[in-house]
Amino acid sequence: MSARVQLASIAGVILSLPARLVEPAMSGIQRGLGIKRMPWVFLLPNLVAVVLFALLPVFINVFYSMSGSDRLFPWDRPFVGGANYQSLLDCTNYLDPSTCSRDLFWRALGNTLVFVPVQVICMIAIALLTAICLNRDIVGRGFFRGIFFFPVMLSPVVVALTWQWILQRNGALNGLISAAGLTPVNWLVFPNTAFFWSVFVTVWAHMGFYTIILLAGLQAIPRDVYEAAKMDSATPWRVFTRITLPLLKPVMLVVFILAVIRSVQTFDELYVLTGGGPGSATMLMVQYIYEVGFASQPRNFGLASAASLFLGLALLIFTGIQMRISRGGNND
Amino acid sequence: MLAAAPVTTAYAQQITVWAGDTGTGGKIFAEMGKAFEAENPGVTVVVEEVSYQTLVESLPVQLEAGEGPDIAIITDLGGLSRFYQDITPYVDAAYFEQEWGQTLQWLRGGDAQSTAIYGMPTTLTVNGAYVNLTLFEQAGVPVPAEGATWQEWAEATRQVAAATNTEFAMEMDRSGHRFASLAISYGAQLVDSEGRPVVDDGLRAAIEQFVAWHQDGTMPMDLWGAVGGATHRELFSDFLNANTVLYFGGSWTLAQMDSEVGDLFDWAVVPAPCGPSSCTVMPGGGAMTVFSHTQNAEIAGKLINYYAQPANLDHYISTEVEIPSAASQIANGVEYPSASARTSEALATFINQIPKMDAAAYRFQGWRYQRAMMNALTTRISQVLNNELTVDAAMERIEEDVNLAIQAAGGQS
Repeated sequence: MSARVQLASIAGVILSLPARLVEPAMSGIQRGLGIKRMPWVFLLPNLVAVVLFALLPVFINVFYSMSGSDRLFPWDRPFVGGANYQSLLDCTNYLDPSTCSRDLFWRALGNTLVFVPVQVICMIAIALLTAICLNRDIVGRGFFRGIFFFPVMLSPVVVALTWQWILQRNGALNGLISAAGLTPVNWLVFPNTAFFWSVFVTVWAHMGFYTIILLAGLQAIPRDVYEAAKMDSATPWRVFTRITLPLLKPVMLVVFILAVIRSVQTFDELYVLTGGGPGSATMLMVQYIYEVGFASQPRNFGLASAASLFLGLALLIFTGIQMRISRGGNND
Repeated sequence: MLAAAPVTTAYAQQITVWAGDTGTGGKIFAEMGKAFEAENPGVTVVVEEVSYQTLVESLPVQLEAGEGPDIAIITDLGGLSRFYQDITPYVDAAYFEQEWGQTLQWLRGGDAQSTAIYGMPTTLTVNGAYVNLTLFEQAGVPVPAEGATWQEWAEATRQVAAATNTEFAMEMDRSGHRFASLAISYGAQLVDSEGRPVVDDGLRAAIEQFVAWHQDGTMPMDLWGAVGGATHRELFSDFLNANTVLYFGGSWTLAQMDSEVGDLFDWAVVPAPCGPSSCTVMPGGGAMTVFSHTQNAEIAGKLINYYAQPANLDHYISTEVEIPSAASQIANGVEYPSASARTSEALATFINQIPKMDAAAYRFQGWRYQRAMMNALTTRISQVLNNELTVDAAMERIEEDVNLAIQAAGGQS
């Protein structure tokens, strides 16, 4: 027997060892619990992980939101009940953030409620358009797929710094504008333009990911459906609305939920690009939570936790609306 | 003096020191740490260079959890006071008091009765204005003399900017610390002797003046206007590229001026512009402190005592080209062999501002809630510049923000 064969057989014995040990153990457990309860045995490791690292932190967060002080450990934090929530909700007029005792929270919440729908709709529309183009037999299709996916691989801080160099007063964009004989614009100084670029930069940075998912969805649609439509002389718009969109709907729902979750969590790009400014024009909820809980001194963990629960609630509402829309669509 | 007393160690002990990434980072402390190790067998000194952001944002969270380095060079001297370890038994306390009497008080978190020694102030930093003398010369405008007011500087720099087609007359770092110089010179107290925030007419006058300079284009919106929240931002590159006539920053950018501008244009650090109340700038600086979670308090204390020895201190300050914080160094001066004549002159100007500093500036610098006030200043003034708040509303918010911070800390002033 050659040395290579010997090594392979030794490796085989070592690799099969866990299986030889696990198999009798699992048989024993199955005999004890019965076959119907076996799925719980396999679910148990994941359940423990979910409880420890997802559910438990939520409950800890709820406790923090009801406690005061800048101390980190729960036993050092006095219980204050709903004081943090009361502080966040203390407003004379909910439509005017300046009348609220935590005005920046309301400005951040308002910005998030505008930013998320605008950014998600823009991103999905552009990603879908790009996916449809990339699904066609165009020259250099692989190259273009790479190009559109490339920003997804960049660190958000790199993305933000790059765009800051482009958009700042003496940046590349104003250089081009000046060269064309036009008046440069200080893009990040005005609330409206800063908000526009916030949406643009985040769409640019993340759309590649959704383009790839949508592209996979488009490629899963059977070709013969399109061929039948072509034989019926259906217009491209009719093909899009009656074939592509309905068949893409399950993928769209996934994309929608992922995009909304990512959008609500937006922080790093905007923190580096605008710091939430001008004023508070691009301050989103996550930045508010970060500033209150981590950037301020002393750190107000209680207020940050309460605000983060509001963020969770906002996410639940967004997801619920999507599920309702999707269910409504399925019933049609 | 305790300095030379070696630490008796039966087994190996390691001390971790965090140093910021400005200047030479922790290179000199690492080098001196080797000499300490040679004198104290079994002791290892590990100096780690970390970003300034890590020191400001991550370190406090780690300390809260009882983690982090044994020693760090920090700048929020009052804010982190409850994490410090008293090293009085391990250092020459009389020497520390003699050299750093006032700055040691900043480390005591507002406890006026305390005599504890929590560390060694490393360098002093001073806010200040850099001006482009070449632009003044080209414009034919005389440089305002010592004692000139902020308004006189604004007027002169506006004339220079107009005559030389320079983009902006004045710029100031987006930093509550920098703004505090202007505010205190306008009479703001910012904090009273009880440790409560003070929002007074001096602060109002300074904010109104600051807003007016942004509205009339004396200052660009890029720093204070375009950014939100507590974000720190500086555009010293504007001064390096001669895009602004005056830049209000601080002594820590001297080395950068020297290396990047050199003789490309004439520049100088000017004496503190005066407000109606005083001609003050803010003191600042770092301190090397020992944290209470350390398992090796004695060695950490002795290491700091070693770094504090006059020869080591001189070596550090002259190599880093920094302003000394030790009284004898300030009185006797420090040689900066690697610095140019212009940088030495600028350092001298910065050092000359120290005796002129207002008592309110020292009080503010040592206040435990200084960072809360500075964050509130940047956030709220930016909102005023963007018409989200009036000056009156901003004043109310600043007070509320700081009171909320005090409340979050359990109401201890």
